[in-house]
Parts: sequence; structure tokens; C-alpha cells
Amino acid sequence: MRVTADREICVGAGMCALTAPGVFDQDEDGLVTVLRPAPGDADRPDARQAADLCPSGAVQITE
Amino acid sequence: MTDTFSPSPAVPAYPQARTCPYRLPSGYDHLRDDEAPLTRVRLYDGRTAWVVTHHETARTLLADPRLSSDRLRDGFPVISPRFLALTRRNIRPGLIGMDRPEHGAQRRLLIADFTVRRIKSMRGDIERIVAGFLDEMLAAGPPADLVTAFALPVPSMVICKLLGVPYEDHAFFQGASRRLLQSETADGTAAARDDLADYLRDLIAERERSPGPGLLGRLVMGLASGEGPDREDLVSLAILLLVAGHETTASMISLSVITLLEHPDQFAALRADPEVMPEAVEELLRYLSIADLAGVRMATGDIEVGGITIRAGEGVIVSNAITNRDGAAFEAPDVFDVHRSARHHLAFGYGVHQCLGQNLARMELQIALTALFDRVPTLRLAVPADTLTLRPASTIQGINELPVTW
Repeated sequence: MRVTADREICVGAGMCALTAPGVFDQDEDGLVTVLRPAPGDADRPDARQAADLCPSGAVQITE
Repeated sequence: MTDTFSPSPAVPAYPQARTCPYRLPSGYDHLRDDEAPLTRVRLYDGRTAWVVTHHETARTLLADPRLSSDRLRDGFPVISPRFLALTRRNIRPGLIGMDRPEHGAQRRLLIADFTVRRIKSMRGDIERIVAGFLDEMLAAGPPADLVTAFALPVPSMVICKLLGVPYEDHAFFQGASRRLLQSETADGTAAARDDLADYLRDLIAERERSPGPGLLGRLVMGLASGEGPDREDLVSLAILLLVAGHETTASMISLSVITLLEHPDQFAALRADPEVMPEAVEELLRYLSIADLAGVRMATGDIEVGGITIRAGEGVIVSNAITNRDGAAFEAPDVFDVHRSARHHLAFGYGVHQCLGQNLARMELQIALTALFDRVPTLRLAVPADTLTLRPASTIQGINELPVTW
């Protein structure tokens, strides 16, 4: 699994950091940062849910 | 010559009033059963608009840049007379009335103050605020009006702290906010907006003379540098943050208490396992969907969706109350189930306008409900639930008075 995030379209809702805190964070501007671009098995379900919940489409996952 | 009366096919009225805080109006039943993801509804002024009833279609449309939030566009759907108050004077509400790229630029000035981490850092403050109002309520009662004793002052004081608005002015801004949201006329809404604007304009001027705390204090510093919103945009933004910051969460606290007390098995399950609270809050957000009118848009181009063409210029209303009861997204959607995984609800909207303060709201609700039931375990309604008076359909769903005892 590869996780990417587009900071240009991020709206800082924080759904990713809330849902998958092991994979995503928000920087001091409130925008998404990816902590683990290749999450381990344990974090993958949360990462998938975070991508589904992201309201702006900034979070993308490639399986 | 005799006119032939040809009745138009029945187009349901929208919005319709709830008679129970946690049940959809019965007039929405056939909207929900409809196989099409959109249905035509009739607004109070006789115009029609599309109402979106399917969850997945709602997400698709709320992410579509061809749907505009700019209420000053000619033909933008009007849900009730109060929505005319600002458009008549060419005023757009901050954030929620803007489109990209302007919306994104304004939102980016704010998001650092609402990150998950920043909100977590407010936990101690929120817990102290909650405990303080519970102390006062317990000292003065029973009975109590839960709205004035707890549900309204808690989020009011929290948003004051975040924004840097003096809480001692709460009687004024709570009253003006209530008039802004609940006035039945455009004039009443305009007067309330003027009062709030005057108050916040003065506060902003004061902060320019002597810097103050909070988000507002920070944004005021941007006025001198010319970065960020100008003075009147800042006033509009401050009104939005102040009003949305306390009225919505206040409604959620009140209606959540009613819902939990009226579902004793779910309430018992929650009390038995405090770890359930975060999911229970998501379910309450889904089930109550208090901001059902937030998803009002206008199509700026033709949009094909689900075999239907939305024409440029037509109004589109994404009903989060109805889409949050879509059986395709939530199994047994009319059942209140605190163990449900409901985080994909649309109570905070979706797309670029999704609620800025959602993580603050989540934390406030979790702390407020936990502390309330810990401190007042025998809390109960002082009147039968079916005698409570709910707000009309044209505003944030909620209740103005909630008699409780213990």
C-alpha cells in the first residue's frame, strides 16, 4: 500500500489524523502530512477509512 | 372560456418540521423510498429545487465544483425568508457562502486553530468549563433548564476562549445568535446580524488598538499587513465562527440527552462502557443531523447524476438528515445504535465546506455528555418528551428549553 496526500487540495478537516493517527498528521498550518507512506498491516484498515472519509479527495491510496 | 385545472404532480414541501427530535418528518418518507437519488421539492417561495437523498450521490455532488455555495448568485435557492436578509444587502456569510478559490484562501487562515492536535490541547480547559457549569446547575437545582444551565453556556464559553471573545458578553451574543437563526422574517434576521456585526466590529477595533488573545486576535493582526480578509470580511467570518461555534453544539448536547434518555437500552450500554462514547457521538451526529440545511447549493453547469440532469441554475439541497438515513450506507438506518460505526455520516457535510469545527464539536460532545451523566446519573426529563417544543424546520434543529430533574 502506498499513501499520498495532496496538500494543495487539503482543506484541513482533520479526518485523516483523527481516523488513522499512525499514518497521518496535520502540520502547523493544519494541512495533511503523511507519516507513513507505506503503512504496515496494522495501520492499513485505518488508512483506507481515512482515504474514504477525506472530504477534499486529498488523501489517496494505491494498493 | 373555462380554464382547465391541471394539478401538477405532487411536489413535496421542503423543509418540513420534525415532531420528534430524532425522527425525520413523516412527510419525508416517500422522498426516502424513492429509487432516484434526487427528488424535486417545493420551497416556501413556490420555486422548486432538487433534494439529494442518497448518501453516495450526496458525497459525489458535494465534491463537485460545479455546485456553488455563493448565495449572491441570481437564482440561488432560498429556504426561508431569513436567508434573504443578507442577500438583499449583497452580503455573503463568511466561508459557507463562498466558492473556490476565495473559500480555500479564507479557510486556510483558520485551519491551524482547529487541527486534531490543537483541539486535543483544549481538553483540560473544556473539562474545567463543563465541570464549572455542572457545579452551578447542581447547586441551584433540581430542577433545571438544561439548555440555559449547561447545553448553551458550555460551547459558548469554549468558542469564546478559542476566538478571544469576552464570555461576559454571552447574554448579548447568545440572544442575537438565537434571533439570527430563528427569526421568521428577513427584517428580524437582518437586525440580529446588524447587532452582531456592530458588536464584533467594535471588538475588532479594540483588538487593533490593543492586541488580544485567540483566533480573532491573530486575524486582526492581519488587517494592518493587508494579508487575509479585510475588515468587513473579518466581521462576517467572526459572526460565522461565533454563531456556528456555539449554537450547533448546544443543540447537539440538548438533543443527545433527549435521545439517550428515550433509548434506555442504548443509554445503559453507553454507561456500562465509557469507551463507546466516541462512536456514540458519531451515531448521535448521524441520527440527529441538526444542520440539515447546510447543504444548499446552486448548479453552475449541467450535471448528470444517477440518470438525472441537474440543469445550470437549478437549486440542489443535500439533506444530511435524509442521506444519513440511507439504508445503502447505514444498515437499519432508523435504529439508534451506539455501537454502530457511523463516522461516514454527513452531519458535518462533505467536500471543501465540511465543518471546520468538527473535531472541536466531537470533543465537546464527548466531554459534556460523559461528565453530565457521571455527575447527574439520575438525570431525567421533567416533562414528557412528546410535549417538548422543537424549533421550526427552517433553522438548525434544536430546542430552546429542556426541563430536567434528578
